[in-house]
Amino acid sequence: MGNPMRIRANVSGDTTEVKVLIRHDMETGQRKDAAGKAVPAHFIQTLVAKWKDKVVLDAEMGTSISKDPFLSFKFKGGAKGDKVTVSWTDNKGDSRTDEVVIA
Amino acid sequence: MNQNRRDAMRIGSILGLAITAGLLKPSDVFAAEWQGGMFDAKSLADAVKAMGGDNYTISKDVSVSGPEIAENGAVVPVVVASTIPNTEMIAILVEKNPNPLSARFTIPAGTEASVSTRVKMGGTSNVHALVKADGKWFIASKEIKVTLGGCGG
Repeated sequence: MGNPMRIRANVSGDTTEVKVLIRHDMETGQRKDAAGKAVPAHFIQTLVAKWKDKVVLDAEMGTSISKDPFLSFKFKGGAKGDKVTVSWTDNKGDSRTDEVVIA
Repeated sequence: MNQNRRDAMRIGSILGLAITAGLLKPSDVFAAEWQGGMFDAKSLADAVKAMGGDNYTISKDVSVSGPEIAENGAVVPVVVASTIPNTEMIAILVEKNPNPLSARFTIPAGTEASVSTRVKMGGTSNVHALVKADGKWFIASKEIKVTLGGCGG
């Protein structure tokens, strides 16, 4: 299991803004350690955000997304008290799902 | 025992039928599968081709925003957006990175075609936003200068 994500979702008018901060190394596979050995790639490949079981964002990522990825996006709908769920999966099969209540 | 198996088969075949009938698109059931090919592409043209976008036009309705100069190439904030109706996909490509494609976002109806994130940049490069809308491809670009690369570690 990865580290917990920090998610914020705020509704204003008819749109909900979601901000996600993930703790993940996002290792590119091109970096070398002190001994000169390549550090194996370890990065998030897919991320899905859902609101009321409806997908509101579907992302595929490569190694060039920064360490501790940050994402923000907006979708129409959402009300205070609704839940937004975000899940990611990395190239080693690790995954994490967290949810937040829209404020 | 046998009854359970029959039930399982029946459920399975109904689901299968629903998928083939187009009632349930596979994308509704499963998250998008990560497609290595497009992320492994070594040049901008190859990455675009791997996504299926052969012909794209430069559009003013697509935007890439970020700093003019990024001091740290490991963390470059980028916002990609499109105001083209029916935008279904936005991708971020950093032209001079070893693998240009950084991320690809599928935008369902109801979600604004604007995503901000942070990318790594090996050095000064053009950053492109590639958009697919109604089956057509559009692109916008911005040069971001990097004073310290993000790939050396």
